[in-house]
Amino acid sequence: MNLPATRQDQNYLFDTQSISAWGLLRLREQLENGLPLTPRPYLALAERTGLTEQQVMQAVSQWQQQGLIKRLGLVVKHRTLGYRANAMAVWNVPDDRVSELGKALAASPVVTLCYQRPRRLPNWPYNLFCMIHGIDRNRVQSQLEQLVLEHGLEGTPHAVLFSNKAYLQRGGRYVSDR
Amino acid sequence: MRLDMADRQLIDRYQRDLPVSERPYEDMARELGLTEAEVIERLSTLQEQQVLSRVGPVFEHSQAGASLLAAVAAPDEQMDLVAARINRAPGVNHNYAREHTYNLWFVMTAPNEDTLEERLDELEHQLKLPMLRLPMVEGYHIDLGFDIDWEALP
Repeated sequence: MNLPATRQDQNYLFDTQSISAWGLLRLREQLENGLPLTPRPYLALAERTGLTEQQVMQAVSQWQQQGLIKRLGLVVKHRTLGYRANAMAVWNVPDDRVSELGKALAASPVVTLCYQRPRRLPNWPYNLFCMIHGIDRNRVQSQLEQLVLEHGLEGTPHAVLFSNKAYLQRGGRYVSDR
Repeated sequence: MRLDMADRQLIDRYQRDLPVSERPYEDMARELGLTEAEVIERLSTLQEQQVLSRVGPVFEHSQAGASLLAAVAAPDEQMDLVAARINRAPGVNHNYAREHTYNLWFVMTAPNEDTLEERLDELEHQLKLPMLRLPMVEGYHIDLGFDIDWEALP
């Protein structure tokens, strides 16, 4: 299965007559590294991208409205704060129930990420993924047991993959090369 | 790591909705009863301490470009070596050890699907390990901006 993750129809190069498309691309590249911590961060970005401060702010606002920017703010590294028990729980659920179960699990306050991915048989039979960012391993285990009970997942083939080490964690680079 | 009250308030209030204005840190300072210089100083320190990876946007991956979760089963004694090679591959932004036969899990991004595929092929060839490729089919909840449970932290 080869699923497109890029929406080709998404036209983020708005108002191209007054804002240079290259400037916008450079702005996206700069934004992937975050905002400068100086009193006028949008002006600093403008100077690096050949846009005006107003154009930078307009682009950021429009990208937020369009959903290209999902949130704008402080991006926390949970592990540093003490969230050390990160569990990826995976289930093999029937295809016709995966959406319904995914939405139900996603509503739980302990579930931080939840999505469907393809099975890769025979080695990987699981299609529903849930992430729990926890502080204490035992507490995460009991939260998982609770989820299983609440959603009738007893007897559903599953695995729990705790992560014991982060080798790399940073924001996605979609535009820039690295 | 223990943070003081002002740092906690900054995180609680501004994991989202950072102002888009000429002086955003001044706006934040006013709301929290700090000075602009103090906000900038605190954010810089939190970034140096690796409490924050950055201040800025989180892009919606399905609109921003191509991305994929992948995993390999590295021999135990070669985990660090294989992880280092994965980290060097272009577009890799997360890489975790997990307790499973598939013990290294990483996310790769690229401007488009073709580039992503090429990068994965190249990495798979370098590692000489079969790679589990798991694109997202449907997201039900993808937001790591959850409220921090300060009381429960060590």
